[in-house]
Amino acid sequence: MSELQVQDVDLLVIGAGPAGLAAAVSAKKNGLQNLVVVERNGWLGGILPQCIHDGFGLEIFKEQLTGPEYAQRYIDELKRLKIPFMLDSMVLEITPEKKVFVADQKGMFCFNAKAIVLAMGCRERTRGQICIPGTRPAGVYTAGVAQNLINLKNVMVGKDVVILGSGDVGLIMARRLTLEGAKVHAVVEILPHTNGLPRNIQQCLIDYDIPLLLSHTVTEIHGQNRVEAVSIAPVDKDLQPIKGKEQKITCDTLLLSIGLIPENDLSKNFDVKLSQITGGPIVDENLETSVSGVFACGNALHVHDVVDFVTLEAEKAGKCAAEHVLRKIRRVKKIPIEVGDKIRYVLPQSICRGVDLELSIRVTSPGEDVELGFFDGETLVKTKKFRKVHPAQMIKIKLKGSETSAVNSLRVEVLKK
Amino acid sequence: MIGCAIARELAKFKIKTVLLEKEPDVGSGVSKGNSGVLHTGLYYPKGSLKARLCVEGRLMFPELANQLDVPYKFCGKHVIARTEEELEDLESLKAVGVGNGAKEVTIISGKELKEREPHLDALYALYSPVAGIIPPYLFTIALAENALSNGVKIHVNAEVSAIRQVNSGYKVTTNQGVFHADFVVNSAGLFADRISAMIGIDDYELYPCRGEYLILDKSCRDLINSMVYPVPPKIAGVLGVHLTPTLDGNILIGPSEEFISDREDTRTTKEKIRQLIEGAKSLLPSIPLNQIIYGFSAVRSKITTPEEKGSRDFIIKEDVENFINMIGMESPGLTSSPAIARLVVRMIKEKMDLEDKIDFNPIRRRITPFSETSRTEQTSLIKTNPAYGEIVCRCEHVSKVEILEALNNPISEKTISAVKYRTRAGMGRCHGGFCLPRIVEILKEEYGLSPEEIKLKNKDSSLFIGETKELRENKRSE
Repeated sequence: MSELQVQDVDLLVIGAGPAGLAAAVSAKKNGLQNLVVVERNGWLGGILPQCIHDGFGLEIFKEQLTGPEYAQRYIDELKRLKIPFMLDSMVLEITPEKKVFVADQKGMFCFNAKAIVLAMGCRERTRGQICIPGTRPAGVYTAGVAQNLINLKNVMVGKDVVILGSGDVGLIMARRLTLEGAKVHAVVEILPHTNGLPRNIQQCLIDYDIPLLLSHTVTEIHGQNRVEAVSIAPVDKDLQPIKGKEQKITCDTLLLSIGLIPENDLSKNFDVKLSQITGGPIVDENLETSVSGVFACGNALHVHDVVDFVTLEAEKAGKCAAEHVLRKIRRVKKIPIEVGDKIRYVLPQSICRGVDLELSIRVTSPGEDVELGFFDGETLVKTKKFRKVHPAQMIKIKLKGSETSAVNSLRVEVLKK
Repeated sequence: MIGCAIARELAKFKIKTVLLEKEPDVGSGVSKGNSGVLHTGLYYPKGSLKARLCVEGRLMFPELANQLDVPYKFCGKHVIARTEEELEDLESLKAVGVGNGAKEVTIISGKELKEREPHLDALYALYSPVAGIIPPYLFTIALAENALSNGVKIHVNAEVSAIRQVNSGYKVTTNQGVFHADFVVNSAGLFADRISAMIGIDDYELYPCRGEYLILDKSCRDLINSMVYPVPPKIAGVLGVHLTPTLDGNILIGPSEEFISDREDTRTTKEKIRQLIEGAKSLLPSIPLNQIIYGFSAVRSKITTPEEKGSRDFIIKEDVENFINMIGMESPGLTSSPAIARLVVRMIKEKMDLEDKIDFNPIRRRITPFSETSRTEQTSLIKTNPAYGEIVCRCEHVSKVEILEALNNPISEKTISAVKYRTRAGMGRCHGGFCLPRIVEILKEEYGLSPEEIKLKNKDSSLFIGETKELRENKRSE
């Protein structure tokens, strides 16, 4: 048949990575029957199948799993609950009326959804976005693409490698490439501190004697056809390369681990309001976006450092989506959460007073013996102490309903010592 | 591009035409690295070849682009004046334009400009409704494909190493064998002076002048509706950093201008990137620079020295019997290309009998872009071929059918670049993050390429050094 295949669903989950899987499973467990998961890749699990290292699942399962193992637990659950899913299927458009157009080899589908969970994950920042000067040869890869190529496509990207950026994927790839027989000459980070989890710095760089150059950046890529070298230089306090300090490192590959961007091309096109800071939708304590019935979770909402937190967040999104469809959610007045000194962002951006909830917080710079304060105007409502904070490590704080029942606003900031 | 235009024009006659290209694909030089603008003819002295061919060429585009199925649009152009003094510059540009036959050119007030382009601020603007945009690489590929299907032989990776005049014409030696020709047209762009020197005309010298560009994401598509130019810098010869909307919704910032010594040095530089950003900001202060997705550069072939700057007319000349040189084919080369082709064929006709080929088919169809068709059409495309339903490039919504058609194209080798310029896969904001591994898989599975055989753009640009484990095992055995 050549007609559009129209289907009414209670919930459409976009993306079958860790967020999409957990959201779907949770929605079904919370009473939804008619839901579909749409995935543009040919497999379930999103990025996890290419993450063959371990360290997943510590929070939820209290054991160290590899990416594929972690994904499999949720894939099994999805299948056990008989939740329908579509693979190699691309959502082309979502309309404000929650019509979702999906291209699939079996035809063009249009889902009329009562609720949608946005779980599209994130994409990597590229060379072009940070305007690295130089030639445009083969051998420049983002770390995640290199990981995909090596671990899933069984092709080797190069043998002499420089990595720009100390994000977790870059650190993991430094170790992976070393184990694969390549020489990683340096990991170069423009900031004075690393961008990855401390455990990855230890296990992926220090354990393998891979040099980490902080406050350095790549100033030029050389090589007409294939990368032949990169120039690196230290940077000043404005992060500008210091002239005359460049040095050239001979290599055939440059890997970029320079940040992840929540994937929201679809969200942008149907009026979901996005945060300039997180790059993801602005949500309330139910993870509901500015469009009623549309929820967001996982890396599409904000970039996470640990997959377990993605799962937990997605379970909440799935539950809330189910409650929305089953009309259990009451729309109540929200109070905004403001971001104070040395805080990059707090999620959700607004909450309902008097409800137990958990906040995700990122600080702007590393620190020791840091105290976070929660203010209602000038009144300090709550404090919480941390021995160490780091921008790469998301802080989770539980707020009891009783702590917010009387507040008119909420602001989070790092208290001055 | 000009070479392909001439080849396509020659395909209308009963002669054997061979197109030689040293790169692995047509249009690999400045043909793909320019603003893609159909110019009005504002900048060229009356009576010059540039003035005549530009206006003539532009008028040929609607029919030609329709025949070749290349998208184009006369989106118009604004040259903006930000001081009263610059108004005089606009007046003189207008006079040149009108003198060259573009009667449509007008000067409008800042208020009128604001109505058309709400994000722009200026005192006055020169408006040309007849300036247009076209993807230059698609145009070049289309010309070549149409030439090919009408009998022209195209050899890529064929580098000319010597040309010798023999009794019956010319003996052209390449790495793909020797070609005997009655007539030779030198359309070698940046290397035209060297080709000319091969037959002893060595008094041409081209000065490579690099132009860098930045590309803005499609999310910026509503910022401008037309091309936006500054008043040309006082040092004539370049048009200044301008903003060009593309048909795909991106905005191009550029080009810069920099004389360089190595013609193949197409790197981008920190200094020029900074200049482009400044230039863009001065035209459009609200331009979101965090939406830059890529930068590139290409090299112009100028016949003016770095010292004299400026610009001179195209040289299109039969320097030796039956040998036409085309030297200094810079802007407006794209706009002029159909008219140049016609002119060159006229020159050949004066020397040779060219008999019309009655079965010449001017029609060529491009790969149907899934993303540009309606939902209903998409639905039936998938029905005809389910592979249309497999989207390989997430940013540009390029289907597997398009990828396969691009890989099967009749001209170039199966490279990632060949796919990119034919389908836009990899040109979007993730710049290949999603589609590259999938195209690699297609090349391995459907075409049986080994990892080492998968190339970015030419034989020396391997994407991989081999399979995984090979390196590790080789090291162990050492």
